[in-house]
Amino acid sequence: MQPAPSVIIFSTLSGAGFGLLFFLGIGFPVVSGGVAFVFYLIAFGLAVGGLLASVFHLGNKKNAWKSFSQWRTSWLSREGWFAVVGLLVMGLYAFLQVFFDTTVFTLGFTGAALSLATVFATSMIYAQLRTIPRWNQPATPGFFLSASLAGGALLSGNVTTAVIFLIILGAITVFHWWKGDQRFAEAGSTIETATQLKGRVSLWEKPHTGQNYLTHEMIFHVARKHAVKLRVIAILAMSVVPVVLLVLFPVHHVLAAIAVLSYLAGVFVQRWLFFAEAEHVVGLYYGAHARA
Amino acid sequence: MTALPATTARKLGLVIDLDTCVGCHACVTACKGWNTQNYGAPLSDQDAYGDASGTFLNRIHSFQVQPEPVNDVPQLAQTTHFPKSCLHCEDAPCVTVCPTGASYKRAEDGIVLVNEDACMGCGLCAWACPYGAREMDQAAGVMKKCTLCVDRIYNENLEEIDRQPACVRTCPAGARHFGDLADPDSHVSKLVAERGGLDLMPEQGTKPVNQYLPPRPRDTIQPVMSGDEDILAPFLAPVAEEPKGFLAWVDRALEKL
Repeated sequence: MQPAPSVIIFSTLSGAGFGLLFFLGIGFPVVSGGVAFVFYLIAFGLAVGGLLASVFHLGNKKNAWKSFSQWRTSWLSREGWFAVVGLLVMGLYAFLQVFFDTTVFTLGFTGAALSLATVFATSMIYAQLRTIPRWNQPATPGFFLSASLAGGALLSGNVTTAVIFLIILGAITVFHWWKGDQRFAEAGSTIETATQLKGRVSLWEKPHTGQNYLTHEMIFHVARKHAVKLRVIAILAMSVVPVVLLVLFPVHHVLAAIAVLSYLAGVFVQRWLFFAEAEHVVGLYYGAHARA
Repeated sequence: MTALPATTARKLGLVIDLDTCVGCHACVTACKGWNTQNYGAPLSDQDAYGDASGTFLNRIHSFQVQPEPVNDVPQLAQTTHFPKSCLHCEDAPCVTVCPTGASYKRAEDGIVLVNEDACMGCGLCAWACPYGAREMDQAAGVMKKCTLCVDRIYNENLEEIDRQPACVRTCPAGARHFGDLADPDSHVSKLVAERGGLDLMPEQGTKPVNQYLPPRPRDTIQPVMSGDEDILAPFLAPVAEEPKGFLAWVDRALEKL
């Protein structure tokens, strides 16, 4: 799949933002006044900024509001509802903390649950697609949620929790890569099932000499040797470096900032790979994914 | 709502005969011609005289099929031309993922359509389709797909003979057939029963309505004649099996080097 920068930025930043809102919502930490203002500025900046970035990849932005209508069937629609209601609830919770030094946990817990639900809905947009076997596995929601919780714990200063979630994130991500490499074969789609022709089938002539929307969007090839290097970079930056910094050194603002930046860089690389390595079955009609 | 109808009264669709298709792309041209100037946004092209790309609702792929050896005798590869457009699936995954309600499957005839006035161009339906049947128009920013020429098949302003999809009407080989696949007595259902119509990618669970008729088995070639029955055979025998004279000497000399 084509790794569109807008969607990668969206899922990385908003994931961390909603993770931070989750921890603020459940009261770890309970904040008020100026400190609360800075925390919520970061959280809403990341969450809303990410959501805005995702609007940029729409072909027809004026109809974006209609995406709230199909919550009964569409994960993308549910994501919209969870995000907007979650941000409104957390907005009210934040307003009371910042200006009235009042913490209403009913609001906080509701907002925290909606924040996590948003991240889960985002992950299900990808995990539901049978056409992309690498995404169509339970570990997909697993790493979206663990990435969000790790980022949230890191940003909210819950050091021990952050270390635990960063380790879980690393483990789930490695599992997702390992399982993902087998998923296309497990799904069982081949050029023979795609064409229903008997014998050894290969593409003889494409429908057209140039590219089209499908080949551009869904048949993106990443060099395998780069993929392995990028996986190593992702796991080091996203999980190993922040854990080492948090465990080996005393807690300090500069150190925490380095850990957060390393985490974000790692998640960017991991999300890029999430798209770049995903093989869509339609590629079979274009001669992609040929067996050796 | 983008929920799928539990059942549809009819299942209008295409039956495509892979034995008959000659790969002329007439259906591609007819489809683009009709659909770029009728329902919805036109089917735009980008950089048509350079690095061209554009929106098509129907495309022809061509595959080479290498049959397995028969009695250890290698078989020649065959070419199959493979037209592909929306299969109007019963369990259409493109419909349920749509967040705006723009994608829908009609309960009355099973046609899968996009209401372009509600489409926000997120492209998720195209991701959900295993067949590559949906393409986002790069000029209009909305999703385009085969409408089964819904603006022809019910159009009483057209002659009755023209009330079928443009691709079917134009096919010079008669490789495309249009009809109701829910009716066991329709000509398309009979074709499917007679020729063993097949679902594409059944493992994706989409239950496509469109059916593909596989290429017929190849004719068996007559056994080679032994010679006795053919009075001309002696004249076709090789004239000289071994070289003679000067050439034979050259041959022997070169062998000894």
